[in-house]
Amino acid sequence: MDFFLSRYRHLTVLLIAIAAQLLLIAYQVKTNKDVPLIRVWAVTAVTPVEAGLELVRRYTWGFVEDYFVLLGVRSQNENLKQENGQLKIENNYLKNELATADRARALSVFQARSPSKTVAGRVIGNGTGANSKVVFVDRGSTSGVESGMAVVTPDGIVGKVVDAYPTASLVMLITDPTFAAGVLSQKNRVHGTLKGQGHAECLIDYVQNEERVDVGEWFYTSGDDRIFPKGFPVGQVAAVQNGKTFKEIYITPSGMAGGAEEVLIVLQGVHQEVPANEMATPGYRIMPLPAGATTETPQGAPEPGAMGTDADRLRAIYKQAGADQKHVYGEGVPGSKPPDFTKIPSVHGVPPPATAPPAVSKVAPKPVPQPKAATQASDPTDDEPPGVAKPAPRTAVPPNQ
Amino acid sequence: MTEYTEHLLRKAPGKDTGNRFRFVWLVGIPLIAVLFQVYVPRFVGFLGYLELPLLITVHFALSRGAPIPGLLYGMFIGLVQDSLSLKPYGMYGIVKTLVGYFAASVSMRFDVQNPVVTFILSFFFYFFHQFFYWVLERALLGEAVTFDLQQTLTFGLLNAAVALPLFRILDKLKMAN
Repeated sequence: MDFFLSRYRHLTVLLIAIAAQLLLIAYQVKTNKDVPLIRVWAVTAVTPVEAGLELVRRYTWGFVEDYFVLLGVRSQNENLKQENGQLKIENNYLKNELATADRARALSVFQARSPSKTVAGRVIGNGTGANSKVVFVDRGSTSGVESGMAVVTPDGIVGKVVDAYPTASLVMLITDPTFAAGVLSQKNRVHGTLKGQGHAECLIDYVQNEERVDVGEWFYTSGDDRIFPKGFPVGQVAAVQNGKTFKEIYITPSGMAGGAEEVLIVLQGVHQEVPANEMATPGYRIMPLPAGATTETPQGAPEPGAMGTDADRLRAIYKQAGADQKHVYGEGVPGSKPPDFTKIPSVHGVPPPATAPPAVSKVAPKPVPQPKAATQASDPTDDEPPGVAKPAPRTAVPPNQ
Repeated sequence: MTEYTEHLLRKAPGKDTGNRFRFVWLVGIPLIAVLFQVYVPRFVGFLGYLELPLLITVHFALSRGAPIPGLLYGMFIGLVQDSLSLKPYGMYGIVKTLVGYFAASVSMRFDVQNPVVTFILSFFFYFFHQFFYWVLERALLGEAVTFDLQQTLTFGLLNAAVALPLFRILDKLKMAN
């Protein structure tokens, strides 16, 4: 035995080292337990250094850039940007609001408005490994963070806390191949399971081929997984195709667009309803009108409900034909004489009769898209039967009258 | 066997016990490498594929030329990496233990000061490291991960290219001690 150990000393040590680590892995896999103490030591040793480096980088690098390296160019650029920003403010208030929206401010606003109790954190480092999909966040158990908590941004979900250490937390991103979460589609209310793929897009699995999911449709958290509260945006469908049993749905996560730097850890989640309306722009909300603003159409502007399309003009022509022949649509009994539609003018090329309602008369408005809300708003006052046109109420006087 | 191959195969000079790192550097260099791996790729994304802890292991094992310190050093660096990853302890530990052992064994036969040998060995050990880690993921953890051969070969070449100046710097540091 001694001869063997001395003769093969190197190999013996190697085998012992490998066997010890194999046993360690086997113990962890078998019991599904970690060795928390070592990880706590390592993370507690590393994360303060990382946080310090980040602090130094943020201040030192920015200082060097601003005052030494690009002093002239940067100040000139700042002036130009300021001038450009002022022009934008004059031209388009809303566009400027979106362009100058600060991420941290948006995060705090979201944090204040969200019913869930959250704590803001900053990503300070990645996990080790080339294909690592985990990050360290500078909030740990001392801030109330625990394993299994959801990590979100105002734009959507980012991941979940897998380990909470005193000074930092390890967060598994939704792109990690082992990540999963329950999701729900906005339009068709289809339930599925979000799975990371190791790259930018995620897969939604377990959706039957018979279910309907459209490209561009939004998915929200369903709350089924007991980690993410219901109603947080997940992403937009990029591609859908039928698989063997389940659909293959790929979505582009909205929470990590442009890389997540500042995040919110949900300490106490509150379920919310999935919004019924489609999002106009991911992550932004249309502000309400300021106090005192009216919804009246300004003078000279094309009015809502003006005869902009062929269908509108055709509708008015038929209504006029009915009025000329003293026919009220919807009142004739079966077998009674219908109106004579053979003498009505065509829509294209032939203008409507002179007795047409004011909306289609002398002033030929340019075709304008009809706001859905304006069209719907006129419906409650419409006491005519379905299919009968009613001239839209005029709120503006044409300039040439 | 040509004169050049004989030159490559001769035992490397300078493997005396006096030409070693101080303990502070022995611990500090791998920690810096791990910190680099967790911090720098946040800002320079493609540097995430630079496996500095592996290169440090290879350099240490090649320069020491002793299998036991080589494998223990590899195991230490691997376990530090494991502690900052999501995988169970021992995954990187086993791979780097083997890399340390084999690198130290190989160094007894090759002139590891030669840049060509350094390049080839760095490339080989990167490939071995990535492949064996993939094998462990599949065999021990049962994860259905894929092995991207083309990407691994490409990053192996990049890591080997980085290894040349890095080893020079580490040699200088060692001599300064």
